[in-house]
Amino acid sequence: MLTILFDGIAYGMLMFVLAVGLAITLGLMNFINLAHGAFAMMGGYLTVVLMQRWQVPFLWCLPLAFLLVGVMGAVLEATLYRAMYRKPHLDQVLFSIGLAFMAVAGVDYVMGSSQQNIQLPDWLRGRTEWGEDPWTLGMGHYRLFIVAICALLTVVLQLILSRTRFGSRLRAAVDDPVVAAGMGIPVNRVFLLTFAVGSGLAGLGGALGAEVLSIDPTFPLKYMIYFLIVVAVGGTSSITGPLLAALLLGVADVAGKYYIPKLGGFIVYSLMIVILLWRPQGLFSRGSKT
Amino acid sequence: MLLAKSRWRGWELLFIVAALASPALLPSHAMMINEIAITALFALSLDLILGYTGIVSLGHAAFFGFGAYSAALFAKHLVPDPLIGLCVAAVLTAALGLLCSVTILRGSDLTRLMVTLGAALILLELANKLDDLTGGADGLQGVLMGPVLGRFEFDLEGKVAAWYSLVMALVFFALARRLVHSPFGATLMAIRDNRLRAMAIGIPVSQRLVVIYTLAAGVAGVAGGLLAQTTGFASLDVFAFERSADVMLMLVIGGVGWLYGGVAGAVVFKIIQDQLSAVTPQYWMFWIGLLLVILVLVGRERLLRPLRWGRGGTSS
Repeated sequence: MLTILFDGIAYGMLMFVLAVGLAITLGLMNFINLAHGAFAMMGGYLTVVLMQRWQVPFLWCLPLAFLLVGVMGAVLEATLYRAMYRKPHLDQVLFSIGLAFMAVAGVDYVMGSSQQNIQLPDWLRGRTEWGEDPWTLGMGHYRLFIVAICALLTVVLQLILSRTRFGSRLRAAVDDPVVAAGMGIPVNRVFLLTFAVGSGLAGLGGALGAEVLSIDPTFPLKYMIYFLIVVAVGGTSSITGPLLAALLLGVADVAGKYYIPKLGGFIVYSLMIVILLWRPQGLFSRGSKT
Repeated sequence: MLLAKSRWRGWELLFIVAALASPALLPSHAMMINEIAITALFALSLDLILGYTGIVSLGHAAFFGFGAYSAALFAKHLVPDPLIGLCVAAVLTAALGLLCSVTILRGSDLTRLMVTLGAALILLELANKLDDLTGGADGLQGVLMGPVLGRFEFDLEGKVAAWYSLVMALVFFALARRLVHSPFGATLMAIRDNRLRAMAIGIPVSQRLVVIYTLAAGVAGVAGGLLAQTTGFASLDVFAFERSADVMLMLVIGGVGWLYGGVAGAVVFKIIQDQLSAVTPQYWMFWIGLLLVILVLVGRERLLRPLRWGRGGTSS
């Protein structure tokens, strides 16, 4: 039972890294980006290609995935996304679905539709068990690794957003871009950087998740709903909201699939609808900001 | 103003005659005409909530699929008559829409996207897992339909099916047309344009949203029912996310908030799909994505409404 809890937490942590970029673009920049999963998929495929074709060690792939996908995000932001910020939500939804579709078909064309797997290094493959039977805690080393990285990331992100000069500039630019620009904050550059970091994090999440989530071309559509759940349920006003929502989602999903496999994803979706009916702005938001 | 708009114009009658004559003129494309009629009806129902009321939905396939499965199950287990089955599908789906309408009353666009998408996914999951009833991933097979009105048997060529779907689509088109040009329709557009102000002048916003969502769900159910009846088959893809996205795309190609938009979009979409799938069946999704991106970048208001090409500004 503790094992399931632990797996759920690791899964939730992974979801958090994948979705936190979306929480930033959606919550801070008020842009509905359904193509977020495409960035995550790019990270996953980059890892696969780097490891299989060029034998790059796994640990090096993670920062590389973050950087390359981040650069890709920056380019897309500057060329395409920037024009979308001021459009109505319907346009944003259509635009990003279009991008996601293109990514799905494009990857299918380049890499083929089969699932990709990666070989983890030996020291990440083991498993440690503690305790006695009903309360056994089995921890896969890789999952432990995921939890550690994600916890570290959360702390760093929270510090950047709340303590640094960049964080306060970003928050100012979000609250009122016109005034922020008037105060000499380079709003476009701040948004560009934020978007790049958000997509980079998705890429990192994809790289981390390549082993756990199985990477295939339909990845952006398959997991889009999960990212959106994390953001919608967690609320978009803080980092802790999506984190708690991701943990809740992870535990509910893993436990649900273990104990009642017949219901599948049913539990998660119903849980989401109930939560959103009860708190439309998200579980952990400070109320609506309009 | 309202009355002048609601009058049937000459070209509209011509459109109806052309639609009804099409299966006779193009008998080899009867199956495709059938499909176009069904998707046009589906797009029409999305237009009622998205174009006229401003509710963004990513899960409209929930109602389409529910209608398809209820029509197919009704025909298989109870009565094979198509018209009765269609009424049953419409009523059941409208009831589902009524149930779901509570979920779209509150929250932001994002919340609505999520709950509509969630509803479609839940139904997909249910249809997949309740395999005793629905056939699961294999789809519901062996649906035998009786003749329409007791006289017209469905033929292999699909002519009867095409006419049946066309007539149904036109009936619902006329009803929807009457609805959006009524004072009720005017209040819907007021809600879309400014919800707060609509509330302030005394429009019962929540009640209107519930009514239109229920009605639109019923129409989508009819479209789904038509698909299941004319193909004699219902499979999981009726609930798929792609279907919700496709219908949104059609509506956007044709123009939202304009009843002919859904129809025009469905025709254009199906023809493009037919042509492109013949060239690159596998990568059809890429082209559809590219189309969406370009459409938004160019400005979706202007594509199929040449009257607006000259004017600047946005209408949404």
